[in-house]
Amino acid sequence: MFPYLPHTDKEIKEMLSDIGVDSIDELFADIPSKVRFKGDLKLPKGQSELEVYTRLKTLADNNRQAVSFLGAGNYDHIIPSTVGALMGRTEFYTSYTPYQPEISQGVLQAIFEFQTLMCELTSLQVSNASLYDGHTAASEACALAINSTRKTDTILYSGTIHPYTKQVLETYFEDLNIKLVELPEKEGVLDTDSVKSRLGDNVAGLLVQSPNIYGNLEDYTGLSDLLHEHKSLLIVSSNPMALGAIKSQGEWGADIAIGDTQPFGLPAYYGGPSVGYIAATEKLLRKMPGRIVGQSVDEDGKRAFVLTLQAREQHIKRERATSNICSNQALAALGNTIYLATVGKEGLKELAEQNMQKAHYLAEKLKKEAGVKLAADQPFFNEFTLELPKKAADVAGSMEADGIFAGVVLNQLDASKPDNLLTVAVTEKRTVEEMDRYVQSMKGALK
Amino acid sequence: MSTQLKNKLIFERSREGRRGFRVPELDVPVREPEEMVDKKYLRVNETSLPEVSEVDVIRHYTRLSQKNYCVDLGFYPLGSCTMKYNPKINEVTAGLAGFAGLHPLQPQKTTQGILELMYDLTERLCEVTGMSWGTLQPFAGAHGEFTGMKFFKSYFKKRGDKGRTKVLVPDAAHGTNPASAHISGFEVVEVKSNEKGMVSVEDLKQHLDENLAGIMLTNPNTLGLYEEDVAEIAELVHDAGGLLYYDGANLNAIMGKSRPGDMGFDVVHLNLHKTFSTPHGGGGPGSGAVMVNEKLEPFLPAPAVRKRGSEYYLDHDIPDTMGRISGFYGNIAVLVRAYTYILTMGNDGLKRASELAVLNANYLKEKLKGRYYLPYDRVCKHEFVLSAQKMKDAYGVNGTDVAKALLEFGIHAPTVYFPMIVHEAMMFEPTETESRESLDNFIEVMHEIADLAEKDPDKLHEMPMSTPVRRVDQVQAAKHPVLRWQPE
Repeated sequence: MFPYLPHTDKEIKEMLSDIGVDSIDELFADIPSKVRFKGDLKLPKGQSELEVYTRLKTLADNNRQAVSFLGAGNYDHIIPSTVGALMGRTEFYTSYTPYQPEISQGVLQAIFEFQTLMCELTSLQVSNASLYDGHTAASEACALAINSTRKTDTILYSGTIHPYTKQVLETYFEDLNIKLVELPEKEGVLDTDSVKSRLGDNVAGLLVQSPNIYGNLEDYTGLSDLLHEHKSLLIVSSNPMALGAIKSQGEWGADIAIGDTQPFGLPAYYGGPSVGYIAATEKLLRKMPGRIVGQSVDEDGKRAFVLTLQAREQHIKRERATSNICSNQALAALGNTIYLATVGKEGLKELAEQNMQKAHYLAEKLKKEAGVKLAADQPFFNEFTLELPKKAADVAGSMEADGIFAGVVLNQLDASKPDNLLTVAVTEKRTVEEMDRYVQSMKGALK
Repeated sequence: MSTQLKNKLIFERSREGRRGFRVPELDVPVREPEEMVDKKYLRVNETSLPEVSEVDVIRHYTRLSQKNYCVDLGFYPLGSCTMKYNPKINEVTAGLAGFAGLHPLQPQKTTQGILELMYDLTERLCEVTGMSWGTLQPFAGAHGEFTGMKFFKSYFKKRGDKGRTKVLVPDAAHGTNPASAHISGFEVVEVKSNEKGMVSVEDLKQHLDENLAGIMLTNPNTLGLYEEDVAEIAELVHDAGGLLYYDGANLNAIMGKSRPGDMGFDVVHLNLHKTFSTPHGGGGPGSGAVMVNEKLEPFLPAPAVRKRGSEYYLDHDIPDTMGRISGFYGNIAVLVRAYTYILTMGNDGLKRASELAVLNANYLKEKLKGRYYLPYDRVCKHEFVLSAQKMKDAYGVNGTDVAKALLEFGIHAPTVYFPMIVHEAMMFEPTETESRESLDNFIEVMHEIADLAEKDPDKLHEMPMSTPVRRVDQVQAAKHPVLRWQPE
């Protein structure tokens, strides 16, 4: 008995007779014997809801959590109850891509609002409906830069971007005759003096990240002008939560803004689903990857939303499309939209400031009381990197015994980094008691 | 309520000073941003984020949801999309805090439960497809295709075979196939279909040279027909030194009946959001898990989920890996749902699902072919394609008109104008979770539409009338793009 299969034996018989065959097997007779699967799949047979739930609950309970100071692209923020309540509406989550606008205005309008929110945060003019995550968004942004600049074959990127982003870029571009050139860092930020000598006719763009992998904020004063003089584009990746307080991509003069919206109402969920956001200047619109929703009117002149500019997309352009993306992260982007509507203009500002205040509180206290130092003397948002007198993995291991995930051990993300760097993220959720406990635990670990 | 209030954007509901969220009281000393960070790093312009209350948010998005059709409301015969019912137990298990709260970089000894689930799911998907191992990282079908093409690249690179630059794609293939092959650095060559609606082996033979990297195939194909020459195609492509890629969008037709691995495919992507019942979420998140045979296993993207004794771990040490394809490990919440579904259905249930999906499709096809033109009249698998061409010629009613009329009758439209090898194509996929009454109601509606086409075609051109909006002006949307709300 299978609860999702409604057919009775009698109905099956009648339907077969209407089709004009005697058995279901006859409907599979077109599968040549050579490639027909005989016998049973080696899987257990079906189970009841209770049995299935028990198994899943056992697996869920076989994971452990601790007070988390982990970040590097995925953060432990407050999720307002509105987000789950509305994302859980079946009208949203059991619908398909809104190909039929007449019966999809809910999803379409929500995406239109998402696009508006991303434009507002990044201070850029156009956004799409979402990409997969912040790392793949970097690939799409670099492809957009290559496609929008004539005769270019090189992407520059800062050594301070997330190491996983670098690795995704390498996979994406290695077979496309596109050169990826890493620019050096200096004291925990991009060495902007290194940019000029690398620019030339072949450079499509420069990808930078702020806050960067160490958590440090980077200064891009004059950078976009320099790039534009060489007809290259500036791509800035930012944690969108930071944009509530720090300078936005558009304010730095960037052409393309990207990042990962997990901090906006999405659970950590072992890294996914998240959303890659991308926003750009109007000039780049026709080369944007992915779905875009536009405003129009229906036959009665009523405002209506619809998927638009589809001539860019794979189902029309096939191999000449701007990207192969089809399914995106629509429901998660809806979650972001509900989150931002709920926290609102003032809420986002306050949250961003609290992140900054709490991270600074912990950093100062660690310096003063645990005698550790920051790897670089740079401004930061809600994440900073410690240079420890011991291996970071050992310190984190010891603090885990105190019920604390102390931070991300950087050389586990990138083996070329020193093994004593620990990147610590502090969100608005961490309390002063938890931070004080962190300092005590760190002191113990360093003994 | 006035329609004006009903149709506002969230930004248009904003009132200065209104709040929908209380930030916890700050428990560390207050410091102004300028005291912590030099002003040049700080945001200059305020955002125009909405200022609304929690009640505003809930009513706004609840009303929006009511303007949306969905599987839980009714029949969704959208071809190639497998809009089957999304079981509620999947949502319950996906919501377990023991999964949702996990950080992707926390120590692996604290994530044994989720790693076991990922391992177990991979094993089960391998059994269904007849492959040897795989990756759950791809976020969507097209991302799975990209990953599949990277397996091709890595394989030929390892062999030092630089000339293999050409990937064959049938003319009936999903649009993502050529796009994915192209962005992976391959040249795309189209293979023609024959008069039976299948890949033409004769045409295929023209392309089997030393530049061949391989072929991307969907089976059953986008006409819903099982490619009867698939074994021969596999042999020909392999003999020519190429590889075979299986687009799993249509796997729902053949679970327990025929496995891509046994057909000769080297790499397979699955749409967990189609075959394995995870919801589509209005366009994602999905999952495009990729399975491979032993030949391609050395090139798996990093990290791969493995088991050592009783311990599960993420293996980053893959000497010939294609590299990293995503930030972390995929859409994990989607994987939890798909795993829940496989446990619920078991070997018997998955096979039964495919049997009934095929039964439903053939039943619809037989009941509709008298009124609508069926270009390929033979037993179908999970879906079939009708053409509105004759109706268009006789009465001026095209595929779009039929699709829009269905909306008026409270049913989702089929996929229209695809595959491109059929004029005025309408592709129907009922799935196994539709009851006979639901199918019979649909058949009745389709007959009524055919009657209207003959007697009152103008009425069809006007449909839909009673949906939240009527036909939308797509030309204006593309000509004068308005892609965001602007503050006044």
